Amino acid sequence: MAKLTPTPSQTVGPFFALGLTWLDTVDLAAGAAAGERIVITGRVLDADGAPIPDAMLEVWQADAHGRYAHAEDTQDKPKDKVFAGFGRIATNKDGVFRFTTIKPGAVPGPGNSLQAPHIVVALFMRGMLRHLYTRIYFSDEAGANDADPVLALIEEARRATLVATRADGAAEYRWDIAMRGDAETVFFDC
Amino acid sequence: MDVIGYRRIVPGTQPEYLHPAYASSVKRAPGRKLVLLPQTLSEVTGPVFGHDRVGPDDNDLTKGHDGAPIGERIIVTGRVLDGDGRPVPHTLVELWQCNATGRYRHDNDQHDAPLDPNFTGAGRAITDADGIYTFTTIKPGAYPWRNHHNAWRPQHLHFSLFGPSFMTRLVTQMYFPGDPLLPLDPIFNCVTDARARERMICSFDIDATVPEFALGYRFDIVLRGRDATPMEA
Ligand SMILES: [Fe+3]
Repeated sequence: MAKLTPTPSQTVGPFFALGLTWLDTVDLAAGAAAGERIVITGRVLDADGAPIPDAMLEVWQADAHGRYAHAEDTQDKPKDKVFAGFGRIATNKDGVFRFTTIKPGAVPGPGNSLQAPHIVVALFMRGMLRHLYTRIYFSDEAGANDADPVLALIEEARRATLVATRADGAAEYRWDIAMRGDAETVFFDC
Repeated sequence: MDVIGYRRIVPGTQPEYLHPAYASSVKRAPGRKLVLLPQTLSEVTGPVFGHDRVGPDDNDLTKGHDGAPIGERIIVTGRVLDGDGRPVPHTLVELWQCNATGRYRHDNDQHDAPLDPNFTGAGRAITDADGIYTFTTIKPGAYPWRNHHNAWRPQHLHFSLFGPSFMTRLVTQMYFPGDPLLPLDPIFNCVTDARARERMICSFDIDATVPEFALGYRFDIVLRGRDATPMEA
Protein backbone atom coordinates (compact mmCIF):
# COMPACT_ATOMS: atom_id res chain seq x y z
CA MET A 1 0.00 0.00 0.00
CA ALA A 2 1.15 3.54 -0.70
CA LYS A 3 2.67 5.36 2.22
CA LEU A 4 0.81 8.56 3.05
CA THR A 5 2.40 11.69 4.44
CA PRO A 6 0.86 12.37 7.85
CA THR A 7 -1.30 15.44 8.34
CA PRO A 8 0.93 18.19 9.75
CA SER A 9 0.69 19.22 13.37
CA GLN A 10 -0.49 22.71 14.32
CA THR A 11 -0.41 24.53 17.62
CA VAL A 12 -3.16 23.98 20.19
CA GLY A 13 -3.34 27.79 20.34
CA PRO A 14 -4.41 29.84 23.37
CA PHE A 15 -7.97 28.51 23.62
CA PHE A 16 -7.47 24.74 23.76
CA ALA A 17 -9.21 24.51 27.13
CA LEU A 18 -12.48 25.03 25.26
CA GLY A 19 -12.14 21.71 23.49
CA LEU A 20 -9.86 19.66 25.70
CA THR A 21 -10.74 20.32 29.36
CA TRP A 22 -13.57 17.77 29.31
CA LEU A 23 -10.91 15.03 29.34
CA ASP A 24 -8.69 16.59 32.03
CA THR A 25 -7.44 13.85 34.35
CA VAL A 26 -5.32 15.02 37.28
CA ASP A 27 -5.90 11.97 39.46
CA LEU A 28 -4.85 8.88 37.54
CA ALA A 29 -4.99 6.82 40.73
CA ALA A 30 -8.70 7.30 41.41
CA GLY A 31 -10.40 4.11 42.49
CA ALA A 32 -8.75 0.92 43.59
CA ALA A 33 -5.57 1.02 41.50
CA ALA A 34 -2.70 -0.93 43.04
CA GLY A 35 0.56 0.78 43.92
CA GLU A 36 2.04 3.70 45.78
CA ARG A 37 0.11 6.97 45.43
CA ILE A 38 2.41 9.78 44.39
CA VAL A 39 2.03 13.43 43.44
CA ILE A 40 4.10 15.02 40.69
CA THR A 41 4.19 18.79 40.47
CA GLY A 42 6.30 21.43 38.80
CA ARG A 43 6.36 24.41 36.50
CA VAL A 44 6.70 24.87 32.76
CA LEU A 45 9.18 27.68 32.02
CA ASP A 46 10.02 29.52 28.80
CA ALA A 47 13.44 30.58 27.50
CA ASP A 48 13.51 33.51 29.97
CA GLY A 49 12.48 31.33 32.89
CA ALA A 50 9.00 32.84 32.86
CA PRO A 51 6.12 30.49 33.71
CA ILE A 52 3.95 29.28 30.83
CA PRO A 53 0.30 29.50 31.86
CA ASP A 54 -1.16 28.04 28.67
CA ALA A 55 0.52 24.65 28.41
CA MET A 56 -0.89 21.16 28.74
CA LEU A 57 0.78 17.88 29.64
CA GLU A 58 -0.50 14.52 28.60
CA VAL A 59 1.05 11.62 30.47
CA TRP A 60 1.06 7.90 29.77
CA GLN A 61 2.39 5.22 32.07
CA ALA A 62 2.31 1.59 33.03
CA ASP A 63 0.52 0.32 36.12
CA ALA A 64 2.29 -0.72 39.34
CA HIS A 65 3.13 -4.09 37.80
CA GLY A 66 4.82 -2.46 34.83
CA ARG A 67 2.08 -3.22 32.37
CA TYR A 68 0.31 -0.84 29.98
CA ALA A 69 -3.48 -0.83 29.53
CA HIS A 70 -3.11 -1.45 25.81
CA ALA A 71 -3.55 -4.44 23.51
CA GLU A 72 0.09 -4.37 22.38
CA ASP A 73 1.35 -4.97 25.89
CA THR A 74 1.35 -8.76 25.85
CA GLN A 75 3.69 -9.24 28.81
CA ASP A 76 3.07 -12.26 30.94
CA LYS A 77 2.42 -10.39 34.18
CA PRO A 78 -0.60 -9.27 36.17
CA LYS A 79 -2.67 -6.37 34.86
CA ASP A 80 -4.34 -3.75 37.02
CA LYS A 81 -7.82 -3.64 35.51
CA VAL A 82 -8.76 -0.31 37.07
CA PHE A 83 -5.67 1.68 36.12
CA ALA A 84 -5.91 3.41 32.72
CA GLY A 85 -2.56 5.21 32.76
CA PHE A 86 -3.51 8.43 30.98
CA GLY A 87 -3.55 11.95 32.36
CA ARG A 88 -4.25 15.36 30.84
CA ILE A 89 -3.09 18.23 33.02
CA ALA A 90 -3.12 21.95 32.13
CA THR A 91 -0.78 24.48 33.73
CA ASN A 92 -2.37 27.20 35.86
CA LYS A 93 -1.75 30.96 35.68
CA ASP A 94 1.60 30.45 37.43
CA GLY A 95 2.71 27.77 34.98
CA VAL A 96 2.22 25.07 37.62
CA PHE A 97 0.94 21.57 36.92
CA ARG A 98 0.14 18.90 39.50
CA PHE A 99 -1.19 15.39 39.21
CA THR A 100 -1.67 12.32 41.36
CA THR A 101 -0.88 8.86 40.11
CA ILE A 102 0.64 5.59 41.19
CA LYS A 103 4.31 4.88 40.77
CA PRO A 104 4.67 2.80 37.61
CA GLY A 105 6.49 -0.51 37.58
CA ALA A 106 9.47 -1.23 35.33
CA VAL A 107 8.71 -2.08 31.69
CA PRO A 108 10.83 -3.82 29.07
CA GLY A 109 13.18 -1.84 26.85
CA PRO A 110 14.91 -2.78 23.59
CA GLY A 111 16.28 -6.30 23.41
CA ASN A 112 16.51 -7.88 26.86
CA SER A 113 16.88 -4.58 28.67
CA LEU A 114 14.62 -3.30 31.42
CA GLN A 115 13.57 0.34 31.61
CA ALA A 116 13.51 2.15 34.93
CA PRO A 117 10.05 3.22 36.10
CA HIS A 118 9.04 6.26 34.04
CA ILE A 119 6.14 8.27 32.71
CA VAL A 120 5.99 9.36 29.08
CA VAL A 121 4.96 13.01 28.59
CA ALA A 122 3.59 14.85 25.56
CA LEU A 123 3.75 18.61 25.97
CA PHE A 124 1.44 21.05 24.20
CA MET A 125 1.21 24.85 24.35
CA ARG A 126 0.43 28.01 22.48
CA GLY A 127 3.56 28.88 20.53
CA MET A 128 4.43 25.23 19.91
CA LEU A 129 3.56 23.96 16.45
CA ARG A 130 4.15 20.29 17.25
CA HIS A 131 3.97 18.62 20.63
CA LEU A 132 7.18 17.54 22.32
CA TYR A 133 7.89 14.22 23.99
CA THR A 134 9.83 13.86 27.21
CA ARG A 135 9.93 11.46 30.17
CA ILE A 136 9.71 11.57 33.96
CA TYR A 137 11.99 9.26 35.96
CA PHE A 138 12.19 9.07 39.76
CA SER A 139 15.04 10.17 42.05
CA ASP A 140 14.51 7.23 44.43
CA GLU A 141 15.19 4.75 41.61
CA ALA A 142 18.87 5.62 41.20
CA GLY A 143 19.98 2.04 40.55
CA ALA A 144 17.33 1.41 37.92
CA ASN A 145 17.99 4.81 36.36
CA ASP A 146 21.69 3.98 36.03
CA ALA A 147 20.75 0.89 34.02
CA ASP A 148 18.04 2.55 31.93
CA PRO A 149 18.64 2.20 28.18
CA VAL A 150 16.97 5.52 27.33
CA LEU A 151 18.74 7.63 29.96
CA ALA A 152 21.97 6.07 28.69
CA LEU A 153 21.42 7.82 25.33
CA ILE A 154 21.57 11.24 27.00
CA GLU A 155 24.76 13.08 27.86
CA GLU A 156 25.28 12.64 31.57
CA ALA A 157 25.02 16.32 32.47
CA ARG A 158 21.49 16.53 31.09
CA ARG A 159 19.99 13.31 32.48
CA ALA A 160 18.91 15.01 35.69
CA THR A 161 16.39 17.09 33.75
CA LEU A 162 14.27 13.94 33.41
CA VAL A 163 14.49 12.88 37.05
CA ALA A 164 11.72 14.05 39.38
CA THR A 165 13.00 14.76 42.88
CA ARG A 166 11.25 13.07 45.76
CA ALA A 167 10.55 15.31 48.75
CA ASP A 168 11.84 14.18 52.12
CA GLY A 169 9.22 12.15 53.91
CA ALA A 170 6.43 12.68 51.38
CA ALA A 171 5.32 10.84 48.28
CA GLU A 172 5.61 14.03 46.30
CA TYR A 173 8.00 14.66 43.43
CA ARG A 174 9.15 17.90 41.90
CA TRP A 175 9.80 18.06 38.16
CA ASP A 176 10.13 21.30 36.20
CA ILE A 177 10.13 21.63 32.43
CA ALA A 178 12.49 24.26 30.98
CA MET A 179 11.97 24.93 27.30
CA ARG A 180 15.43 26.43 26.87
CA GLY A 181 18.50 27.64 28.73
CA ASP A 182 21.06 25.93 30.96
CA ALA A 183 18.48 23.65 32.55
CA GLU A 184 16.74 22.85 29.25
CA THR A 185 14.74 19.67 29.61
CA VAL A 186 15.70 16.79 27.34
CA PHE A 187 13.10 16.33 24.62
CA PHE A 188 12.99 13.33 22.32
CA ASP A 189 12.88 12.85 18.59
CA CYS A 190 10.88 9.66 18.36
CA MET B 1 11.38 -6.59 23.96
CA ASP B 2 11.67 -5.19 20.45
CA VAL B 3 8.65 -3.37 19.10
CA ILE B 4 7.54 -2.17 15.68
CA GLY B 5 7.91 1.59 15.84
CA TYR B 6 6.26 4.42 13.94
CA ARG B 7 8.03 5.90 10.92
CA ARG B 8 10.15 8.96 11.55
CA ILE B 9 9.04 12.35 10.29
CA VAL B 10 10.21 13.31 6.78
CA PRO B 11 11.80 16.79 7.09
CA GLY B 12 9.56 19.57 5.83
CA THR B 13 6.34 17.63 6.26
CA GLN B 14 5.90 18.69 9.89
CA PRO B 15 6.63 22.08 11.47
CA GLU B 16 9.91 22.88 13.17
CA TYR B 17 9.62 24.02 16.77
CA LEU B 18 11.36 27.35 16.15
CA HIS B 19 9.40 29.26 13.50
CA PRO B 20 10.19 32.97 14.01
CA ALA B 21 7.28 34.10 11.80
CA TYR B 22 5.11 32.68 14.60
CA ALA B 23 6.35 35.06 17.27
CA SER B 24 5.41 33.05 20.36
CA SER B 25 7.47 30.06 19.17
CA VAL B 26 10.68 32.02 19.80
CA LYS B 27 10.71 31.66 23.60
CA ARG B 28 9.05 28.26 23.65
CA ALA B 29 11.12 26.22 21.22
CA PRO B 30 13.90 23.97 22.52
CA GLY B 31 17.38 25.33 21.89
CA ARG B 32 19.11 21.98 21.75
CA LYS B 33 18.87 19.11 19.34
CA LEU B 34 16.24 16.58 20.33
CA VAL B 35 17.64 13.27 21.56
CA LEU B 36 16.96 10.45 19.13
CA LEU B 37 14.82 7.87 20.93
CA PRO B 38 14.31 4.28 19.80
CA GLN B 39 10.61 3.67 20.38
CA THR B 40 9.86 1.18 23.14
CA LEU B 41 6.73 -0.41 24.54
CA SER B 42 6.12 2.93 26.31
CA GLU B 43 5.82 4.75 22.98
CA VAL B 44 3.90 2.24 20.86
CA THR B 45 1.16 1.85 23.45
CA GLY B 46 -1.23 4.66 24.35
CA PRO B 47 -4.61 5.53 25.80
CA VAL B 48 -7.76 4.14 24.25
CA PHE B 49 -11.06 6.01 24.51
CA GLY B 50 -14.25 4.24 23.56
CA HIS B 51 -17.82 5.09 22.76
CA ASP B 52 -18.60 5.29 26.47
CA ARG B 53 -16.77 8.63 26.61
CA VAL B 54 -18.84 10.36 23.93
CA GLY B 55 -22.57 11.21 23.99
CA PRO B 56 -24.87 10.89 20.98
CA ASP B 57 -25.03 14.65 20.28
CA ASP B 58 -21.42 15.44 21.12
CA ASN B 59 -20.59 15.68 17.41
CA ASP B 60 -23.30 18.29 16.76
CA LEU B 61 -22.07 21.70 17.89
CA THR B 62 -25.34 23.35 16.83
CA LYS B 63 -27.24 21.51 19.59
CA GLY B 64 -27.28 21.79 23.36
CA HIS B 65 -28.47 25.39 23.64
CA ASP B 66 -31.87 27.10 23.73
CA GLY B 67 -31.69 28.12 20.10
CA ALA B 68 -29.71 27.62 16.93
CA PRO B 69 -26.32 29.33 16.57
CA ILE B 70 -25.87 32.17 14.10
CA GLY B 71 -23.75 31.33 11.07
CA GLU B 72 -23.46 29.10 8.06
CA ARG B 73 -24.25 25.55 9.12
CA ILE B 74 -21.76 22.99 7.79
CA ILE B 75 -21.09 19.26 7.92
CA VAL B 76 -17.46 18.23 8.32
CA THR B 77 -16.77 14.58 7.69
CA GLY B 78 -13.84 12.41 6.74
CA ARG B 79 -11.79 9.35 7.43
CA VAL B 80 -8.98 8.94 9.90
CA LEU B 81 -6.28 6.91 8.15
CA ASP B 82 -3.01 5.37 9.22
CA GLY B 83 0.15 6.06 7.24
CA ASP B 84 -0.59 3.15 4.92
CA GLY B 85 -4.09 4.36 4.03
CA ARG B 86 -5.97 1.98 6.30
CA PRO B 87 -8.90 3.38 8.30
CA VAL B 88 -8.39 3.94 12.03
CA PRO B 89 -11.63 2.74 13.65
CA HIS B 90 -13.04 3.65 17.07
CA THR B 91 -10.64 6.48 17.81
CA LEU B 92 -11.41 9.74 19.59
CA VAL B 93 -11.60 12.99 17.59
CA GLU B 94 -11.89 16.27 19.54
CA LEU B 95 -12.89 19.55 17.89
CA TRP B 96 -12.93 23.18 19.03
CA GLN B 97 -13.47 26.45 17.23
CA CYS B 98 -14.60 30.07 17.40
CA ASN B 99 -18.10 31.16 16.47
CA ALA B 100 -19.25 32.71 13.20
CA THR B 101 -18.00 36.15 14.28
CA GLY B 102 -14.48 34.91 15.02
CA ARG B 103 -14.81 34.87 18.83
CA TYR B 104 -13.96 31.96 21.13
CA ARG B 105 -15.96 31.20 24.25
CA HIS B 106 -12.82 31.57 26.36
CA ASP B 107 -11.96 34.17 29.00
CA ASN B 108 -8.72 35.15 27.27
CA ASP B 109 -10.29 35.91 23.90
CA GLN B 110 -10.31 39.72 23.75
CA HIS B 111 -11.47 40.03 20.14
CA ASP B 112 -14.20 42.68 19.95
CA ALA B 113 -16.76 40.45 18.26
CA PRO B 114 -19.98 39.15 19.79
CA LEU B 115 -20.32 35.85 21.59
CA ASP B 116 -23.24 33.71 20.49
CA PRO B 117 -25.33 32.46 23.44
CA ASN B 118 -26.25 29.45 21.32
CA PHE B 119 -22.72 28.35 20.48
CA THR B 120 -19.99 26.90 22.69
CA GLY B 121 -17.64 25.62 20.01
CA ALA B 122 -16.51 22.22 21.34
CA GLY B 123 -17.40 18.72 20.21
CA ARG B 124 -16.11 15.20 19.94
CA ALA B 125 -16.70 12.01 18.02
CA ILE B 126 -15.47 8.44 17.83
CA THR B 127 -14.68 7.12 14.36
CA ASP B 128 -16.82 4.23 13.15
CA ALA B 129 -15.59 0.83 11.94
CA ASP B 130 -14.48 2.45 8.64
CA GLY B 131 -12.59 5.26 10.37
CA ILE B 132 -15.27 7.84 9.52
CA TYR B 133 -16.23 10.74 11.78
CA THR B 134 -18.83 13.46 11.19
CA PHE B 135 -19.45 16.82 12.85
CA THR B 136 -22.29 19.29 12.36
CA THR B 137 -21.27 22.84 13.21
CA ILE B 138 -21.17 26.38 11.86
CA LYS B 139 -18.43 27.88 9.74
CA PRO B 140 -15.97 29.71 12.04
CA GLY B 141 -15.07 33.33 11.39
CA ALA B 142 -11.59 34.69 10.73
CA TYR B 143 -10.09 36.54 13.70
CA PRO B 144 -7.20 38.94 14.40
CA TRP B 145 -4.35 37.73 16.60
CA ARG B 146 -1.66 40.44 16.94
CA ASN B 147 1.24 38.22 15.80
CA HIS B 148 2.28 40.97 13.36
CA HIS B 149 0.65 44.04 11.82
CA ASN B 150 -2.86 43.23 10.53
CA ALA B 151 -2.54 39.54 11.39
CA TRP B 152 -5.69 37.46 10.83
CA ARG B 153 -6.10 33.74 11.23
CA PRO B 154 -7.76 32.01 8.30
CA GLN B 155 -11.05 30.31 9.16
CA HIS B 156 -10.15 27.05 10.87
CA LEU B 157 -11.27 24.23 13.13
CA HIS B 158 -8.94 22.78 15.77
CA PHE B 159 -8.72 18.97 15.73
CA SER B 160 -7.16 16.60 18.27
CA LEU B 161 -6.68 12.87 17.65
CA PHE B 162 -5.11 9.96 19.49
CA GLY B 163 -4.89 7.02 17.11
CA PRO B 164 -3.53 3.67 18.28
CA SER B 165 -0.50 4.83 20.28
CA PHE B 166 1.20 7.75 22.01
CA MET B 167 3.25 8.20 18.80
CA THR B 168 0.16 8.82 16.66
CA ARG B 169 -1.09 11.69 18.83
CA LEU B 170 -1.96 14.64 16.59
CA VAL B 171 -3.27 18.15 17.17
CA THR B 172 -3.89 20.02 13.94
CA GLN B 173 -6.11 22.62 12.31
CA MET B 174 -8.47 22.28 9.35
CA TYR B 175 -8.65 25.11 6.83
CA PHE B 176 -11.13 25.90 4.06
CA PRO B 177 -10.34 25.86 0.33
CA GLY B 178 -9.70 29.21 -1.34
CA ASP B 179 -9.29 31.20 1.88
CA PRO B 180 -7.41 34.38 0.88
CA LEU B 181 -5.72 34.46 4.30
CA LEU B 182 -3.95 31.14 3.84
CA PRO B 183 -0.87 32.50 1.98
CA LEU B 184 -0.44 35.10 4.75
CA ASP B 185 -0.76 32.82 7.78
CA PRO B 186 2.52 31.89 9.57
CA ILE B 187 0.89 28.95 11.34
CA PHE B 188 -0.45 27.32 8.16
CA ASN B 189 2.83 28.08 6.36
CA CYS B 190 5.06 26.59 9.05
CA VAL B 191 5.07 23.40 6.96
CA THR B 192 7.47 23.84 4.03
CA ASP B 193 6.33 20.79 2.03
CA ALA B 194 3.40 22.04 -0.06
CA ARG B 195 1.72 18.66 -0.41
CA ALA B 196 1.85 18.05 3.32
CA ARG B 197 0.53 21.57 3.95
CA GLU B 198 -2.42 20.98 1.67
CA ARG B 199 -3.48 18.01 3.78
CA MET B 200 -4.77 20.62 6.24
CA ILE B 201 -7.26 22.07 3.70
CA CYS B 202 -10.62 20.36 3.51
CA SER B 203 -12.51 20.02 0.24
CA PHE B 204 -16.07 20.99 -0.56
CA ASP B 205 -18.08 17.82 -1.14
CA ILE B 206 -21.51 17.87 -2.73
CA ASP B 207 -22.01 14.27 -1.60
CA ALA B 208 -21.52 15.29 2.04
CA THR B 209 -23.86 18.25 1.51
CA VAL B 210 -27.33 17.73 2.98
CA PRO B 211 -30.11 19.24 0.79
CA GLU B 212 -31.93 22.22 2.37
CA PHE B 213 -29.66 21.94 5.44
CA ALA B 214 -25.88 22.40 5.20
CA LEU B 215 -22.86 22.38 2.89
CA GLY B 216 -20.56 19.43 3.36
CA TYR B 217 -16.77 19.46 3.62
CA ARG B 218 -14.48 16.45 3.55
CA PHE B 219 -11.40 16.34 5.74
CA ASP B 220 -9.40 13.13 5.85
CA ILE B 221 -6.73 12.99 8.53
CA VAL B 222 -3.59 10.86 8.20
CA LEU B 223 -1.79 9.67 11.33
CA ARG B 224 1.81 8.48 11.49
CA GLY B 225 2.49 5.19 9.74
CA ARG B 226 4.26 2.20 11.12
CA ASP B 227 7.54 0.59 10.22
CA ALA B 228 7.49 -2.83 8.63
CA THR B 229 10.07 -4.38 10.94
CA PRO B 230 10.99 -4.06 14.62
CA MET B 231 13.25 -1.22 15.69
CA GLU B 232 16.89 -2.16 16.11
CA ALA B 233 17.87 -2.58 19.68
FE1 LIG C 1 -7.96 29.14 16.57
